[in-house]
Amino acid sequence: MSQFLTPALTGQIINLLAAALLLLSFAMLAQRRILSLINLFAAQGFVLTLSTAFVAWATGQTHLWWSAGLTLALKVLLLPWILHRLIQRLNVKWDVETLLNIPTTMLFGLLLVILAFNLAQPVSALAGTITKGTLGIALAIVLLSFLMMITRSKAVPQVIGFLAMENSLFFAATAATYGMPMVVELGIALDVLVGVIILGVFFFQIRERFDSLDIRHLEKLKEE
Amino acid sequence: MLSEFSWAGASAQLTEILLAVLLAPLLLGWVNQCRAWLQNRSGPGVLRPYLTLRKLMAKDAVVAHGASPLFRTAPYIVFGCMVLAAAIVPTLGTDLPYAPAADAIALVGILALARVFISLAAMDIGTAFGTLGARREMMIGFLAEPALLIVLFTASLISQSTSLATTVETLSQRELAIYPSLAFAGVAFTMVSLAENARIPIDNPATHLELTMIHEAMVLEYSGRHLALIEWAASLKLFVYSCIGIALFFPFGIAQGGDAAGLLLALPALAFKLAIGGFLLALIETVSAKMRIFRAPEFLGTAFMLAVLALLIHALLET
Repeated sequence: MSQFLTPALTGQIINLLAAALLLLSFAMLAQRRILSLINLFAAQGFVLTLSTAFVAWATGQTHLWWSAGLTLALKVLLLPWILHRLIQRLNVKWDVETLLNIPTTMLFGLLLVILAFNLAQPVSALAGTITKGTLGIALAIVLLSFLMMITRSKAVPQVIGFLAMENSLFFAATAATYGMPMVVELGIALDVLVGVIILGVFFFQIRERFDSLDIRHLEKLKEE
Repeated sequence: MLSEFSWAGASAQLTEILLAVLLAPLLLGWVNQCRAWLQNRSGPGVLRPYLTLRKLMAKDAVVAHGASPLFRTAPYIVFGCMVLAAAIVPTLGTDLPYAPAADAIALVGILALARVFISLAAMDIGTAFGTLGARREMMIGFLAEPALLIVLFTASLISQSTSLATTVETLSQRELAIYPSLAFAGVAFTMVSLAENARIPIDNPATHLELTMIHEAMVLEYSGRHLALIEWAASLKLFVYSCIGIALFFPFGIAQGGDAAGLLLALPALAFKLAIGGFLLALIETVSAKMRIFRAPEFLGTAFMLAVLALLIHALLET
């Protein structure tokens, strides 16, 4: 550990990165365009990489360096590239089409953040890591990503909500227990990648069938 | 309970009020000049607002037939509110005899009082544009006030007091550290001050199209010395907001207590910070486009959300 990196400064930098993650989740919740949604998701992955790398540097856990590298390769480079290509071929660059209007969605998001902070307080008191204060933020981002999934009616923003949820679960793991065993992490990464590829195939099928990516069409169960 | 009366404190207070009243048009002129430079024009000069005020004071005030006494007294009330707000914000030093008279919550109340009176005066005459401007101003105000309050509450929680002087003292004495809550609160405060001072993302101060006006539409009927007072009050409002922002987020250089040497040093520090702040405001105005009026609630909702996030992050991470 470096000389100038006092525990107080370490804690502050980790808090700053966690706050940046929370801000990015809210920004994704307030977006109107799919293109900027994907870029924000890439930015979230980048901040996640930074925080994992910083925790790795500050605590000396070498397997976190590998986790940070995996996050960078997968969530900053590969997945956004796949998503960009997907929306180009689907031709859906613009509208997000929310079920509630944006200020109401953000108010709900705020309530969820308060709920998450309250829930996480007794748990983070028991954790033994330097990042235990950020457990509440990780839980808040999980709930916000879930809110993004359920208040969107187009398919691509829902998938991005799912991926953001996975991001925040990874951040929660880093916060509470300094990461997961490497096998678990590689398994989850592979699952996410394959999941996105399969969902991409589904998008084309949905668009073939209904001529739009609005998943409310999937609710009509009768043949017409 | 009033603090002890001291000549140093009283003179500092008087200096601050005079400084605010005399320098506010200069700040407005500087912002307009920076905007002109950024648009590759030569600009009207930083002293133009003073010449405008002098011209307006010399003219006759023309008042409509149906105007009530409210219309005539509103400019004085608005100007008085702004001078009071300038008196309680610590710009040069924190030893202000007026400070116990109003804390952060009362400051928001004073600004709201000014808004109420100018909106009522706009509706007093009964023209369509006045009512339109008043309604729009109320819509902006009802969303901006909670955001401003929560930003001030975040700062008050950090300093355990709502008095602005105590807040500034505490914030300037902390050792240099990274506070995400203050960063969020700073962004929220910038958005709120852009909305309240009728600046570009919300309202174009240089527009001549009445249908797009918010603040200008309310003062369309005023002329002469009334208009001069209202323009002066608007520039004072910008000055007060800038000083609140500087006091909360960049309080280095503000004199602690009432020492004279500190006050002398605080003046160039304040001028420097205001100059940079004015340039940044002109920059924001130049690179942004005016939003549709119905997008303004989203903009202010974002500001409110950022302010509440700042509060929550402070409660979670920094205690």
